[in-house]
Amino acid sequence: MSESADLNALIAEARSEIEQCADLAFLDLIRVRLLGKKGEITDRLKALGAMDPETRRAAGATINAAKDQIAAALGQRKEVLEAQELADRLSKDSLDVTLPGRGQPPGGLHPVTRARRRIEQIFRQAGFIVADGPEIEDDWHNFEALNIPADHPARAMHDTFYFPDGRLLRTHTSPVQIRAMQTQAPPLKIISPGRVYRCDSDMTHTPMFHQVEGLVVDEGISFANLKAALQSFLRAFFEASVSIRLRPSYFPFTEPSAEFDISCVACSGQGCRVCKQTGWLEVGGCGMVHPNVLRAVNIDPEKYTGYAFGMGVERLAMLRYKVGDIRLYFENDLRFLRQFA
Amino acid sequence: MQISTSWLAEWVDVGSDVPALAHALTMAGLEIEGITLAAPALGGVVVAEVRHVERHPDAEKLHVCRVFDGEQEWQIVCGAQNVRAGLKAPLARIGAELPGGLKIKAAKLRGVESSGMLCSAKELGLGDDLPGLLELPEAAVVGQDIVRALTLDDHILALNLTPNRGDCMSMLGVAREVATVRSVPLYVPVASTVEPAIQDIFPVRLEAGTACPKFLSRVIRGIRPGARSPLWLRERLRRAGLRPISAVVDVTNYVMLELGQPMHAYDIRNLDGAIVVRHATPAEKLTLLDGRAIELQADVLVIADLAGPLGLAGVMGGSASGISDETTEVLLEVAYFSPAAIAGRGRRYGLVTDASQRFERGVDPHLQERAIERATQLLIEIAGGYAGPVSAIKLAGWQEPEHREIHLRHARVNRVLGMAVDEAELVGSLKRLGMRVSEAGQGEWRVRPPSWRFDIAIEEDLIEEVVRIHGYDKVEGRDALVRQVITATTETRIAAERLADLLAARGYQEAVTYSFVDPALQQVLFPQVTALAIKNPISAELAVMRLSLWPGLVQALRENQRRQQPRVRLFELGRSFSAEQGTETELIAGLAAGPRLPEQWGEPTTAIDFYDVKADVSALLRLTGDPEAFRFEAGSHPALHPGQTARIVRNGRPVGWIGALHPERVRALGLTYTAIVFELEVESALAAIVPAAVEISKFPGIRRDLAVIVSEEITYSAITEAAKLSGGSLLKRITAFDVYRGQGIDKGKKSIALALNLKDTSRTLTDSEADAIVTRVVDHLGSELGAKIRDK
Repeated sequence: MSESADLNALIAEARSEIEQCADLAFLDLIRVRLLGKKGEITDRLKALGAMDPETRRAAGATINAAKDQIAAALGQRKEVLEAQELADRLSKDSLDVTLPGRGQPPGGLHPVTRARRRIEQIFRQAGFIVADGPEIEDDWHNFEALNIPADHPARAMHDTFYFPDGRLLRTHTSPVQIRAMQTQAPPLKIISPGRVYRCDSDMTHTPMFHQVEGLVVDEGISFANLKAALQSFLRAFFEASVSIRLRPSYFPFTEPSAEFDISCVACSGQGCRVCKQTGWLEVGGCGMVHPNVLRAVNIDPEKYTGYAFGMGVERLAMLRYKVGDIRLYFENDLRFLRQFA
Repeated sequence: MQISTSWLAEWVDVGSDVPALAHALTMAGLEIEGITLAAPALGGVVVAEVRHVERHPDAEKLHVCRVFDGEQEWQIVCGAQNVRAGLKAPLARIGAELPGGLKIKAAKLRGVESSGMLCSAKELGLGDDLPGLLELPEAAVVGQDIVRALTLDDHILALNLTPNRGDCMSMLGVAREVATVRSVPLYVPVASTVEPAIQDIFPVRLEAGTACPKFLSRVIRGIRPGARSPLWLRERLRRAGLRPISAVVDVTNYVMLELGQPMHAYDIRNLDGAIVVRHATPAEKLTLLDGRAIELQADVLVIADLAGPLGLAGVMGGSASGISDETTEVLLEVAYFSPAAIAGRGRRYGLVTDASQRFERGVDPHLQERAIERATQLLIEIAGGYAGPVSAIKLAGWQEPEHREIHLRHARVNRVLGMAVDEAELVGSLKRLGMRVSEAGQGEWRVRPPSWRFDIAIEEDLIEEVVRIHGYDKVEGRDALVRQVITATTETRIAAERLADLLAARGYQEAVTYSFVDPALQQVLFPQVTALAIKNPISAELAVMRLSLWPGLVQALRENQRRQQPRVRLFELGRSFSAEQGTETELIAGLAAGPRLPEQWGEPTTAIDFYDVKADVSALLRLTGDPEAFRFEAGSHPALHPGQTARIVRNGRPVGWIGALHPERVRALGLTYTAIVFELEVESALAAIVPAAVEISKFPGIRRDLAVIVSEEITYSAITEAAKLSGGSLLKRITAFDVYRGQGIDKGKKSIALALNLKDTSRTLTDSEADAIVTRVVDHLGSELGAKIRDK
């Protein structure tokens, strides 16, 4: 058998062995046996040294060609086996992605907070400052300065909680406006959100609730401005082109005074259970700041005029988030609270 | 107030569309809250005449009647005592349906056929009038449907009147408003006068100055005792929401409803000598009509006789001088009181009456003459009797006051409203409202409000009247031009939103609890602290101001546990109220109870503990950018477990608490299981610092691990502080990665494994430098805290 026939047989045998090899480690053993330091091909190359130059060149070329063929076969097989192994590993590591994630799920905000933030955000972007004040007030800030003297019949509109020393729980956030006007000169553009208290509790009243009041005082502020502000705010809040309706009303601290209604957000003003078939929903009170109030805080009512408005946060949240009963807000039932993310 | 539209229609054309009328009034500031019918729907009830009555053969209290319904006679069994031949009464015929759902069928009553039912007022849904059958007037047309006969299809408007509009607390006042709003005439009935038939006058003395400057009275003798008002008058009272009582009382109420002038009637036999209008003497006593005895104050006006006070002037009469069924001699009182003399007085004694509401809002000072004539006329018509002359006593030199003139400027009207009001419309509206308007220069006027309006004092009041009549809905909205103002804004206050969002992201649900709490519950948590008590709490469970947010949160926990919520994590942002200083403190508080995580496949279910919540609190504190300033010091708080309580301290100042609820409190509060709670003062704990960045080291650091054995009472923070002290500036961070007790560690000791991170910003540390630092730390821990290195 000639040298080259012998080599061909070796290559064929090696190929077949490589093709059948199913394991990377075993493949490496084959490589060592054939191409390693003491491998069969390596031995043949070593044997070239004993040949004459002519024969060595020819035989060398043949052996190197064989070596290349075997190396290529090994390389190809290795790639195949490696790809297979990766595929196996990926298949083994695959997860049931439908199982829920691990750890702490988030809680959420109270619906009143959620609505209040929305209200604040809308007014802030219109340049209003958010102002704050005490919840326990004196009679002057809550009533007197707001043009409600002690025996005024309007006091009956405020069922007030009192403390033995004569102080009281604020019945509205208007005292915050008084405090703001005492400390800042016009132009003023503030909203005052916060807790307020009325001695009243039934299906539609809770003894504590939240109000947002607004106040703008500058030269030339008008009733038409008030109407535009409320209209724009309510459209922004409800993300709907609601209509607004101002009705004459009475508050000692504004003149002219109005209550403001919006077209029912549940039925678009067609009449339904939510609006008691009237098509309108009462939202709050508003008006032009009474000159006596401006005078009480040393602002000249001839030079400056202002508008003010107030509305219940619970009321707006009820309409926005379809809450049916105001009392739910303060029961803190997790099943209720969790609906508001 | 309840306004009968059929009554109103006698004074003004109300139109045929009741909802439109209601809407027009609402848009003029007289809010109509609802429209109802004078009686619930009725069908098949007619005016009938009782023709014959005889005793029921087998029942003592029943009668067998023959009743004519305009078409035929029916046999009807009736139990009413006032049934008699000739009586006209409502008959519910067979097939009729009465309010409350009663269907009338032919029936046998104790063996006698009855083909229908004779009805009382109550059975027709007309309220609690006189007992027995409703006696219809003799003029009633037999056979007429009762709805028509009694105008039961009368619409009743529920008027929610604002406190400024006292002038609308009468038919006259509402009619005047309707006339203005609808631009139609007002029909004021011609005031009739009753000529005196006797000459008696009862003496009256005014001793209260301008508080009561005008007092009309009239003696009426010989009225029929126990006289009842006719059905039409009783019905009008009922439709206005008043209960008929007796002819005399009903007439005074009727005139008040009609004209807005409250009045009072006395039984002359109960009066001693003279009527005196005066202020009460301090601590003077009076027993009211409702039977309550009150003690008077010196600024309260009373109507008295020579023996003492008879009533609270303008508010309520007394029990002693009232009208009874025996009364035959009456003194009518019609007074004018200044609103300031009546305002608030009734409320002091818990009295809000029809009279006080009108007087404190203001009654037209020209109305009294008309009212006393009207009352006399009605009373004599109903109950007979002979009237004396009207005795009108006035304060010397006093005249009916006129309201001050108000200067009105067209330019100001336009400026306040933000629109151009037509001059003719402006003047026209004011005149229609009864104002006297005179020119006072170009575009300026002097305006005098009518005597019945007490709410028009300044220019703005007139502006409101102008726009009210113009229509608020016709004002076009216009965006304001406001000057640009950029205000100072601090970065050291963390927005409440951020605090709330952080806790919400860490699994807490925001709660809002009442600022007033149950004193008993609060007492359990804060036994030694006095809370601010409310004078007039809404209930005993909401009687004191909270000292902390914990009472509210604990109550919310309890209620959620009752609702089978195993896992509760709540937080609240709000204020506490201290009793001593009366200060309000903004707080953020939280509570966590139950399993650490909701039940899940990937984590075992374990109960929440102190360290879980401490991590949440630390996360809040990190928002300050100043976490190094805070210490958690073992502390003691009556609400908390003595071994699981930390006072949170910032730069030496206490700013909050964290701990497990005390097991005894858990039991006392009826909680199913305990909770970890925390509370921080927002202002002090959560004031932020503005970050100042420092250089980041480019060089690698070295980590050395160390396990030290110390006595149980040596705290982690004592160890880390000692280590930092001895480690020097290159010891950047210490982390505990294990705490071990048990085998290999003596009882009373614990092993804490620490990782020391060493680093220099300007070079790479060598091993020998690191070794030197670790040796220093180990030596210091040994000498200061008795710490031993745990053998590997």
